[in-house]
This record gives sequence, structure tokens and C-alpha cells, in this order.
Amino acid sequence: MSSVLSSEQTPRPWTADPVLTVEHVQMRFGGLVAVNDLSFEVGRGDITALIGPNGAGKTTVFNCITGFYKPTQGMLLLKHAAGDTFLLERMPDFRISAKAKVARTFQNIRLFSGMTLLENLLVAQHNRLMLASGMTILGVLGMPSYKRAEKESIETAKFWLDKTGLTARADDPAGDLPYGAQRRLEIARAMCTGPELLCLDEPAAGLNPRESAELNTLLLDIRQMGKTSILLIEHDMSVVMEISDHVVVLEYGVKISDGTPSEVRNDPRVIAAYLGVDDEEVEKVEEQLDELTEGATP
Amino acid sequence: MATAKTTSGPGGSIAGAARDAILAGVVALGIFGPLVGLKTEQNMQNELVITTRWGLVAIIVGIVIAGRFLLTTTIWPAMTRNKLRDKPPATAGEVAFRARLARWFAPTGLVFLFIYPALMVYFLGFQGSLKWVDNFGIQILIYVMLGWGLNIVVGLAGLLDLGYVAFYAVGAYSYALLATHFGLSFWLLLPMAGILAAMWGIMLGFPVLRLRGDYLAIVTLAFGEIIRLVLINFRELTNGSAGISSIPKITFFGIYSFDVSAPNNFAKVWGLAMSSAYYKIFLYYLILLLALLTAFVTLRLRKLPVGRAWEALREDEIACRSLGINTTNTKLTAFALGAMFGGFAGSFFAARQGFVSPESFTFMESAVIVAIVVLGGMGSMIGVALAAVAMIGGTELLRELDFLKAVFGEGFDPDQFRMLIFGLAMVLVMIWKPRGFVSAREPTVFLTERKSISSSLVKEGHG
Ligand SMILES: Nc1ncnc2c1ncn2[C@@H]1O[C@H](COP(=O)(O)OP(=O)(O)OP(=O)(O)O)[C@@H](O)[C@H]1O
Ligand SMILES: [Mg+2]
Repeated sequence: MSSVLSSEQTPRPWTADPVLTVEHVQMRFGGLVAVNDLSFEVGRGDITALIGPNGAGKTTVFNCITGFYKPTQGMLLLKHAAGDTFLLERMPDFRISAKAKVARTFQNIRLFSGMTLLENLLVAQHNRLMLASGMTILGVLGMPSYKRAEKESIETAKFWLDKTGLTARADDPAGDLPYGAQRRLEIARAMCTGPELLCLDEPAAGLNPRESAELNTLLLDIRQMGKTSILLIEHDMSVVMEISDHVVVLEYGVKISDGTPSEVRNDPRVIAAYLGVDDEEVEKVEEQLDELTEGATP
Repeated sequence: MATAKTTSGPGGSIAGAARDAILAGVVALGIFGPLVGLKTEQNMQNELVITTRWGLVAIIVGIVIAGRFLLTTTIWPAMTRNKLRDKPPATAGEVAFRARLARWFAPTGLVFLFIYPALMVYFLGFQGSLKWVDNFGIQILIYVMLGWGLNIVVGLAGLLDLGYVAFYAVGAYSYALLATHFGLSFWLLLPMAGILAAMWGIMLGFPVLRLRGDYLAIVTLAFGEIIRLVLINFRELTNGSAGISSIPKITFFGIYSFDVSAPNNFAKVWGLAMSSAYYKIFLYYLILLLALLTAFVTLRLRKLPVGRAWEALREDEIACRSLGINTTNTKLTAFALGAMFGGFAGSFFAARQGFVSPESFTFMESAVIVAIVVLGGMGSMIGVALAAVAMIGGTELLRELDFLKAVFGEGFDPDQFRMLIFGLAMVLVMIWKPRGFVSAREPTVFLTERKSISSSLVKEGHG
């Protein structure tokens, strides 16, 4: 069974060993079908972009992947490099992060604003530290094994603070950071969970061009490390075209295109739906409208 | 420029202020005229007759007019002026002083707490110290412990629990019943009471913790009431509203007894004059140690993953789940632990009173404990301790308002105004410090420098 979809003109490397396979997912809110019969693959080690106009259902797809919503239909299969597989639609949200190793960020940043940067990154390593503290009992007694584990966690946190350029502010509360730094901290926090799949919801939103370029470097860096595949939602086409290996386009909850960035860029349906129709065409439609209204009111 | 504005502002609007004050007076007349001015009384023939009190209404309306006038002309302008004036930045000396104060406050306080009974005995003698050790010392420390216990739930995990007294009751009745029926010792029953209370905490927690915010508060409140009603109505076990009396005293680790008739009575063994002060002082140190145990465990836990998860939960529950934290279990541990300390305090309370009845576990108690946590600054140990001193010590001190009789005449009962004064004081404190006495948060870990976190960034939890 091959899940190759429409166009066969180019190879589709992401179908060979996908980290995430989304199959026929539907998400319905009462009468509203936010996502309908959506299938796509996220290749291992790739940066996959999920794009689409406002309200297309991108965040809803993320919420289905990370367990915050249960899809009304369909299957979400996650496969680790080591071979373990997880059916995400059957797992509660916190286990998807803890066991299936899917980390995420939020469109409206959700940091622990009253805790320091370092604390934010330590909370992200909760499960590992919880085990090391013997479910708290050894920790209360002050056992050295826990001390060691905590030191390691702080090293991991320092590594990601360094990667995101936030080391100097490690002891400041997260709520005090400027917007762009908060976005980076949220990525660092997600990375501290040691994810196989990192889902970023509009990471470049609200960033200035320099910050946006830094973000690209960070994401390429994470890909370089090889352990984590990235799925990101993005509106900024320059970011998408520059760093992604594979683009999936949604409109009104339905997939309208799926391929390499250059394929998607030239897909007429994407141009019409996402990038909008050409200026000339708009003018044509406006002229027609004018004629119509003039005809109606003599 | 600025001075011109501040003088001309109120000066120019005296007429407006007067008009405003008279309007307030009319409103007051409308409200208090019928409410206060007319009073129905039964006369000798058992008929209702209306008596009028226009003099009283006139006094009230006068107060309202004068007060409103004063507010608009002087108090509000002064307040806005204060707000507008930039606070001068703290000088280096002030900062250093504050840091020193913060560093030395806890150790000094601890030393004081340990020598407090000795000081009282030294100055007032054994009999004279009784009131200060028992009514003030022990009473306040019980509430410090309860406040610290509830602080785990409300202050750290951000779960508003309005039925905390239920766990206090479980602890108290556990000791009362098991000690009177089976003659078990306090030292065995203390941990047992804690465990039983924690179990009740988990039992309540399972169904309830999926609720959030107001819903959680209401259900916990109801739970507190249910426990009290069960204690009243389960007569076979709890003896109903009559309560359980002659609960055995705590022994000095089984070596000495404080029972007057016992052969190993503490005073007899040491050849001292009989006095209940020894027992009270012993109880004082016991509750002090129990409270310090609560503080020690809480401070330790804050620096462990569970503690950080509690605080993260208070900040953002959804983010917690996205990081793989089992929020249900995390909430349950907070609930169970808070309940356990409530249970410890309860068993101590039962032993100290020698008598328990459902009367002691009304919603009022829960409200006082929540008020202590909120007033202290949610999450702050020192703040909660200070608030307990202010609230419990304050209400006890207000019992000593007898001097007011000199002002208002013999018929005046100051005890009745205790709660009123107290409520007013609380409102004022919350205006002055809306996030409690100590509102800054201390981070649990740091790379280079420990910096306090301003309360404006710290969330209060949402259930
Ligand atoms: N919990 C919900 N209940 C009801 N409707 C929802 C819910 N979540 C999303 N929707 C609806 O689903 C549709 C898709 O929303 P979604 O947030 O996924 O869009 P999006 O592609 O992320 O848009 P944006 O680019 O603006 O972030 C919208 O019409 C939205 O109103
Ligand atoms: Mg979205």
C-alpha cells in the first residue's frame, strides 16, 4: 500500500520513514467541521510546514496531534527512531508528551511567567527528575542521586538557554522577557522534554526580521542534531520556503496541496487559496461587480 | 505648575463637592429613612406599633454628608497626588537593609519563638504566663500550621480549597475516637491522623479536581459542610453535637504524664509545685515543632520536581500538560499533603482541648485559614506566619477592648465589635497590599543570582 497522493512527478522522501502519519483525521465541533479527512506524513528529520489561511484548521490539527482534542475520526500514528509506535488519538495529552515524546509550543505563548527561565526549563524535565527523586521521597531526604540528576537537568537547561541566546537572563522571570525571547524560550522549554517530534505553532509570529532569521538558524540547528523532527505552522512564506523540506497546505480544514516548497509555490490552487488571486484578476472581478450594480440601479 | 494644579483642583470644586455631598446625603436619607427611621415594636397588647427614630437618621445622614465632603475635597485628591508622585528609587542603603531584614527575619523569629515561653514565665510567673502561652502562643501556632498546610494547596498549587477544615476535623476525630476507645497513644495516633486525613484528601480529590476555579471552591466548601453534618448526625460513633470529651492528654513521649493523678506526673517526679503551665509549655513546643516540620517539608518540596510542578500548575495548567506532567496526580499530591498537615494539626487540637465537637469545624474556620493564606501572600511561608499572628493574635487582642467601656459606657460590649473591627482591618490591609504581606516570589533555583520575582508576574491559579 503506498500512500502517495496525487502528483508522481517528484520523489516524496517523507513517505519512506515518517515519524508521524496522519490518516483521514476529522475534527468536528458541533456542526462545524474544522478538519476534514486530512492525511499527510511528517518525514523523520525533516522540517515540515503546515500552512493555510486564517481559520483553516492548522491549530486544530496540532491540538489533535498533541491530544488536547480527540479527533472525531481518523488515526495519528507516531513512530520513534527506535521503533516504538504510538496511536496518539488514544492517549491522554500529558502521556503524548511524556511517552510518545511530542512537544509543542502555543500560538498564544504559554510560559510560566512567574517562574524564572531556568525554572521553566526544569519543569519541562519534570518526569525525568521525578523518577530521580524517587517520586519525591529520596529528594526530601536529600539523596545524592537526586542532586546529580538535578545537576544534569540544569546542564540541559543551560545548553538550550545558550542555543536560544537567553543565558544572560536565566534568573529573570519569564514574564519579563520581550516577545521574541518568550517565543524562543518556549521552543527551548519544548526541547528540554527531549522530543522526537516538535510542533511549533506560528513560531515566527510577531518577530522582527533579525529575530526571524535567528529562529531559522535555531530550527535548522535542531534539525542538524538529528533527533528531532519539526512540524511547524507558519504564515511567513519566506520562512516556509527557506527552511522547510515539505509543505502541507490546508484550506477550510481540507488539504489542498502537499509537496516540496517549490511544488507548492507553483500549485495554482495554493496561489488562489492562500496567496490570494492576482491583482489583475481582482480588478476584473471589481469591474464586473460595478457593471452589475449599475445595471441594478438605473 | 504642579502646585497650581493641586491647589486649584480641589479649591475650585468646593461647590461641586458640596453638591455631591448633599446628593449622597439624599441617597442616605432614602436608604436609612425607612430602614433606621421606622422601627416596629410590640407593645403591651401584643400589637405592632411603629416607633420613629428621626434623630438617629439625622446623625447617619450627617455623617454621610460630612464623610463624602471630606472624601472628595481632601482624601481623594491626596491619594491621587500620592499615586502621581513618582516613588524615589530605593537607595543602595535601603536595598541592603531590606536584604538584611529578609535574611535575618526568619532566624530571629525562630529564636524568639523558642524562648517565648521562657520569657513569659520569667516576666509573669507560671500562672501569669498561662494566657500568653496558651491563648496566644499555641492558638497562633495551630493556625500557622494550618495556614502553611493550606498554603501548599492554595498558595503553591493554586487550587482554592474552601473546605480545609474538613481535614482538620478528620484529624481531630481520629485522635479523639481512637484514643478514647482504644487508649492508643498520641505518638502513634499523630501519624495515623495525618494518613487518614490524607486519604480523605485523595478521596475528595479524585472526583473534584477535574473542576476548576469557582466550581472547585464550591465543591470543597460543600465537602467541609458534609463532614461537619456527618459528625453531627452519626451519633453512634461521634456522639453528635455533644462531642467527645475527656480525650487523654499527650504524654511526654510516654516517660512523664501530665495527668494530676498519674504516678509519673511531671511535677511530682521533679518535685515541682502543681501547675498546668508545664503541660501548656510542653504543648507549645510540640505545636512549634509540628509547624516547623510543615515548613521544612514545604520548603524542601518547593525545590523538588513536585513543588515546581505545583507552581507551574498554578501558572498554566495547559502548558504543564504539554510538558508531560500528569496534572491530576500533581493536584492530588498537593491536596493529600495539605490534608495531612491539617490532620496533624487536628489531632494536636483534640489533645490540647481534651474535647472535640462539630462546633469547632464550621465554615468560619476554613474561611479564617484561607484568609490567613491570602493575607500573608499566597505561597510565602513568612507572610502566612505573619498573617496568622495578625489574624489570630489580633482577634485575641481585641478581646481586651475593655477600655472602650470607659468611652461608650458600661452597657457597651466590646466583644461584639471584635469581628467588625477585624473585618475593617482586613479590608484596609487588602487595599494597602492587595497581594498579601509578602507577595514577591523567591525562585527555587538559580544559575548566577537569586532575584525575587515581582508579584505582578506571578499568577494566582484558577482552580
Ligand atoms: N474548541 C473549539 N470549539 C469550536 N470551534 C473551534 C474550536 N477550536 C477551533 N475551532 C474552529 O475551527 C476552525 C479552525 O480553527 P484553527 O484555530 O485551527 O485555525 P488556524 O488555522 O489555526 O487559524 P489561525 O491562522 O488564525 O491560527 C475555526 O473556525 C475555529 O473557529
Ligand atoms: Mg492557529
